[in-house]
Amino acid sequence: MPDSIVVWVAGKNVEVPKGATVAAAVFVAGAFCRTSPSGQPRTPFCGMGICFECRTVINGEPHRRSCQVLCEPGMVITPDEC
Amino acid sequence: MSFRPDIVIVGAGIVGAACGFELAREKFSVAVVDAAGIGMQTTAAGMGHLLVLDDSEEQFALTRYSLSLWNALAKHLPPAVEYSRCGTLWVAGDEDEMAEVVRKHTYYGERGIQTEILDAHALREAEPALRRPLAGGLRVPGDAVLYPPCAAAYLLQRAAELGAKIFLGKAVNSIRNGITRLADGTVFHSKFIINAAGQFAPKLTPGIHIRPRKGHLVITDRYPGTITHQLMELGYLKSAHSISADSVAFNLQPRKTGQLLIGSARQYEVADGNVDFAILSRMLKRAMEYVPSLGSLSAIRVWTGFRPATPDQLPFIGPWPDDPSIFLAAGHEGLGITTSLATGRLAVDFLLRRASAIPVEPYLPSRQIEGVTHA
Amino acid sequence: MNAESKRSFDVAVIGGGPAGMGAATVAAECGLSVVLLDDNPGLGGQIWRGESGSSKHTQASHWFDRVGRSSVEWILEARVFQVGKGHLSAESPDTVHQIAYSHLILATGARERFLPFPGWTLPNVLGAGALHSLIKSGLPVEGKRIVIAGTGPLLLAVAAYAREKGAQVACIAEQTTGAKFACFGLSVLLVPEELEEVWQLAWQLQAVPHWKNCWPVAALGKERLEAVRLSHHGRIREIASDYLACGFHLVPSLELAQFIGCAIQDGYVAVDENQQTCIPGVYCAGEPTGIGGFELALVEGQIAGFAAANRKDLARKLWRRRDAGLRHVRALRRAFELRDELRNMPQEDTLVCRCEDVPFGLLRAHQSWQSAKLHSRCGMGPCQGRVCGAAAEFLFGWSNSSVRPPLFPVRCSSLAEMPVETIPEIHEGGSK
Repeated sequence: MPDSIVVWVAGKNVEVPKGATVAAAVFVAGAFCRTSPSGQPRTPFCGMGICFECRTVINGEPHRRSCQVLCEPGMVITPDEC
Repeated sequence: MSFRPDIVIVGAGIVGAACGFELAREKFSVAVVDAAGIGMQTTAAGMGHLLVLDDSEEQFALTRYSLSLWNALAKHLPPAVEYSRCGTLWVAGDEDEMAEVVRKHTYYGERGIQTEILDAHALREAEPALRRPLAGGLRVPGDAVLYPPCAAAYLLQRAAELGAKIFLGKAVNSIRNGITRLADGTVFHSKFIINAAGQFAPKLTPGIHIRPRKGHLVITDRYPGTITHQLMELGYLKSAHSISADSVAFNLQPRKTGQLLIGSARQYEVADGNVDFAILSRMLKRAMEYVPSLGSLSAIRVWTGFRPATPDQLPFIGPWPDDPSIFLAAGHEGLGITTSLATGRLAVDFLLRRASAIPVEPYLPSRQIEGVTHA
Repeated sequence: MNAESKRSFDVAVIGGGPAGMGAATVAAECGLSVVLLDDNPGLGGQIWRGESGSSKHTQASHWFDRVGRSSVEWILEARVFQVGKGHLSAESPDTVHQIAYSHLILATGARERFLPFPGWTLPNVLGAGALHSLIKSGLPVEGKRIVIAGTGPLLLAVAAYAREKGAQVACIAEQTTGAKFACFGLSVLLVPEELEEVWQLAWQLQAVPHWKNCWPVAALGKERLEAVRLSHHGRIREIASDYLACGFHLVPSLELAQFIGCAIQDGYVAVDENQQTCIPGVYCAGEPTGIGGFELALVEGQIAGFAAANRKDLARKLWRRRDAGLRHVRALRRAFELRDELRNMPQEDTLVCRCEDVPFGLLRAHQSWQSAKLHSRCGMGPCQGRVCGAAAEFLFGWSNSSVRPPLFPVRCSSLAEMPVETIPEIHEGGSK
C-alpha cells in the first residue's frame, strides 16, 4: 500500500492508510478497544471523541480516545481493561 | 393521611437512613421524609470513609463504636455500596510526623484498635506511588471506604422491608410538638421527630449551632491498582481543625471501581456551591506532592458539598431541650458516614430508655445551651 | 508534564466545524486576532472531517482555503475544559492553553443522539457518523454488509458514502413515517443550493431499500454483530450484517453554553439577530442554536464573526439567508421527531450508560436524572452523560441542565494549573 503505516493492534501487525485513526486500525484488526466494567468487549462507537467508548491503551498510556488519535508507525495498541 | 408513625425522621441522608434502619429493626413504626431523594446532599458529596479518628476521646469513642457496627453489617452490603476494607495509611513526611505516628499507634492500641507502624521502606512497599522520601506511616487496617448514596439506599431499603414508610420529594415546613407539617399539606402526628436534616437542621430547629463547611472533591477515570489504601497526610489533623482559615489536606482513596477520589478542602462561610479554582488548585497540588503520578491521570468530575459542622466537631445526638418531642441527629460534619450507625443506635437507646454502649453525654444537644461547646 | 501557554486574543472561537471556521475567518479578515480551538485532529468539524487538502466538496475547499489564508490561529486536539469571563483553559496532548479573550464564539456543533436497544453495545454496532468518518480514515468496507438505522438525513449521506466505497448497504431503517419524510423531501427541494446534492443522493441510493416506520429491535451476535432485527410496519425482519450504523438525528452540544450561563430556549441556545447570547460578547452559531446543517452553520458563524468585529452592517447582509435556513431547522425537527415506540426499544437488561454499564431496569425506579445518576452511576463515566443523558431525556423525560467542571475530562495537573489570578467567574446550573 503506498502511503501506508504499520501499527500493532492486540499483538497483530496491521496496515492502515496514512491519516487513519487508531479507531480505524482497531476495526481493521478485528480487535476490541476496551473491556467495559462488566467485562463486555467494545469497539469505537461515536467516532467523534465524545462517547469515550473507543478508549484504548496506546504505547502504554491507558484511556486514550482512539478515534481522535492518528496512527503513527510502530504504535502499540492494546485493549483498555476497565 | 391516616398513617400515624411512632417516629418521623426528617432527612434521608446517611444519618436519617441509619436512624430509620435501627428504629425499624426495633419494631418502631417509622416515616422517613426528604425534600429531595435518598442521600442527595452531604451524603452525595462526601468521600465515604469509615474510619476511627482521635481528635478527642469523644470522637474516638463514637467512631470506634460506629465502625464496629459497620463491620457487623459489611457482609450484608450489596455490591453497589462498593464497600472496601482498604484500611487507612497515615503518611508521615518527616520525623515530627513520625512522632505523631508513634503517638497514634499507642493511643489506638490502648483503646483496642490494632495499627501498624511502617518505616520508610515498608511504606514504599505498601504504596509505591507515594513520593520519596517519606518518613513512614501508620496503617489502620480496620478502616474502610464505601459509596454513601447506595449505603443510605440500602439502609432505607432494609427499613422499608421492616415496615418503614419513605416519603421522597416531600419538603418539610415545620416540626414542633410532635407535629410534622409537609409543604404539600400532609401532617404527621408522632411521639418523636428526629431532625436528621444535616446542614438544613437549623431551619427546622432554630438555634442549633450548625454551619455548613464547604468541601471540594475530584474523581479520576479508572486506574486500578494505583494505590491500595486510603491515604491521609498527618498534617490533616492540624489543618482540618483550624477553625477559621481555608485549608487543604492530602486525602486519596482507591474506589472499588478503580477510580481515585482526591480530597480534601475545607472552607468556612462560603454559601455558594461553585467550584473555587483557587482552593481546587491547592488541593490538587497537595495531592500531587504526595502522589506525583496523579498529575497525568484523567480527572472526570469535580464537585463541592457542605458538611454540617458544629463548634466542637461533635454531632448533636439527643433530645432538644426546647421541645421534648424533637430528637436531634445532625451536625456530623465530615464523619457522618462513619458515625451514622452509632447515631441510629443512640437514638434507639434513648427511645427505649436503655443504656448505650458508649457514654452519650458528649453528644447531647444540651451541651450547646450550657455553653460548653465553644472550643 | 504540561507545558503552559498564555495568550491573549480579540476573539476565541470554540469548535472548528463550518460555523467556527466561518466565524473565525471573517473576524480575522476584519482585522481581529482570532484563536480557533477544536478537539479533533483536523478542522472541518464532523461534516468536513478529513476534508482539508483534497476536498471535492466545493464549500469545504473554499473555507479550508480561506481560513488557511487568514490570520486565524488554530489549535487542534485542544479540549476546552474551563471557561470564565474573559478567560478559558484548554488542554492539548502536552500543553495547557490559558487564553484571554474579549469576544467568545461558541460553535460547539452537535452530536448524534443514540438510543439504547438490545445489543447496541455489541462490537461493530456504531454511530452512523462514526462509520462515515471511519471509512474516510481508512476502514475498508468493500463487500461488507451494512444496515443503517435510526432517523435523519445523515443516514442517507452515510449510506451513499458506504456504497461508493463498495459496501453492500442492506437497508436504511428510518423510524419516521413515509408522509413526514416526503414532506421533508419537498422542503429540501425548495432550497435550490441543496437540489444538486439531493439528486446525487437519490441517484446513489436508488438500489438501497429505504424503509420508513422501521427501527432496530435488537442487534444480534455472539462476540460481534452478526445480524440486525428490525421492526418494519409492525413486522419483524432479520438481516445479516457486518456493521450496524445507527443514529437518531442530532442533539446540540450545549454543555459549554450551559456552563457559562447562556439562556437555553426549547433545547437550544437563545441568540439575538446577530447570534449574540444573553451574555454580552458571547456569541453562538451553528447547531447549538438549532439543528440546521452546515449551510446555515456557515451563515450563522459569519454573522457572529462580523458582529464580534463590530461590523453589524456586514452581519445584517446575511440575516435573510440565515432566516431562510431557520425554516430548514423547523422542517428537520418536524420530519425526524422521535416516535413513542422507540421508548420500548430497551429491555430491562439493556445498558443505557455504556461507560458504567447501567441497565435500563435500574434507571426506571428513579424520579430524576440526579437521583438516577447518584444511585446507579449512570452518566458518572468519562463521557459525563453525553451519550446516556440524551437517551434518558427521551426515555424518561429527565433533563440534565447541571454542567460541572471540568467540561471535559482533563489531566489532574491541568486542573491544578488553573492560574489563580484569572480565576473565572463561573455559573453552575446545579441544585446545590
